[in-house]
Amino acid sequence: MSEQRDDEGIVLTEAQKRARRSRSVAIALALAALVILFYVMTLVKGPGVLIRPI
Amino acid sequence: MSLVSEGADFQESLAGTRLAEPSLATVGDYVALMKPRVMSLVVFTALVGLAVAPGSLHPLTGFTALLCIAVGAGAAGALNMWYDADVDAVMTRTARRPVPMGRVRPGEALAFGLTLGSFAVVVFGLLVNWLAAGLLAFTIFFYIVVYTVWLKRSTPQNIVIGGAAGAFPPMIGWAAATGSVSLEPVLLFLIILFWTPPHFWALALYRTEDYARAGVPMLPVVAGDTSTRRQILLYTLILVPLGITPWLFGYTGALYGTTAVVAGAAMVALGWQVLRERRPAERASRNLFAFSILYLFLLFAVLLVERGWGGLIARLAA
Repeated sequence: MSEQRDDEGIVLTEAQKRARRSRSVAIALALAALVILFYVMTLVKGPGVLIRPI
Repeated sequence: MSLVSEGADFQESLAGTRLAEPSLATVGDYVALMKPRVMSLVVFTALVGLAVAPGSLHPLTGFTALLCIAVGAGAAGALNMWYDADVDAVMTRTARRPVPMGRVRPGEALAFGLTLGSFAVVVFGLLVNWLAAGLLAFTIFFYIVVYTVWLKRSTPQNIVIGGAAGAFPPMIGWAAATGSVSLEPVLLFLIILFWTPPHFWALALYRTEDYARAGVPMLPVVAGDTSTRRQILLYTLILVPLGITPWLFGYTGALYGTTAVVAGAAMVALGWQVLRERRPAERASRNLFAFSILYLFLLFAVLLVERGWGGLIARLAA
């Protein structure tokens, strides 16, 4: 949410900004962990990672 | 604040006036939505299923499987808190959960649960195998749709049938390791399935007013105190022989057999005390509730040490 929109509409309190920031950091860390997990598991499984019985 | 004005506040909230307000939910609130204590038991029983399974599994694949099961359990917890917010709000035990406290809005809990559940199942399928992923998806579906939405508010048999959701994790762990399901994980499933009623009914015996106020038809509310105590002993008498079967079938050694017999005898003794107890006394019910957790932990811990530990070390060394 940009500062301009904040000015036009809802203005976040400091507590709300802190809560939003902590949630954003947690989402970023979770996504980074997912990327690392897929990378490492691809190394573990080798080239056959996409060849699998369903 | 009166009940009427509280109701009016809730209606106002539902009408959306509060939905425009930015969320104050913290990361800790979202962690609480995932029911971390339940999650730890789920991960532990899944670990045992994974460790006792035959064959080889790369440690990282095993870690991924447990991570997906943990996240799937967290998703189920969040979806349960979303649907049950009204019931949670009037029960002492659950009134301080994030949704009834207003720290997380129902829509946020729903979106969080659906996102986590979808990620857990898809990642499980892509990185481990689709049978285990399918079982995880079915478990989440069973816990939310069959137990939370349907059974919990409609029948005193809610936790008898709904207990299956909590019984699936060792089977999912086994399926993650082997890509199949056989008799041994079915036995572990049955142990947890028949452990659930005495465990939860012991709790419900000293929380009866709580459940009655919330309109949840737990057995003590519907069938009464005496009938519940009889049912607790009955299910304990089914549970204890089931707990011994992995040893009788030759899947485990003497340590497990001895543990299952001794701990089982203690369960029956506590169940008998619960049968003889009369309200307002609740000591026997509390003792059985507490010991039932230790009972399940002991059985699975000994199974892990006796059967799974060697397997885990061999896999790590491979």
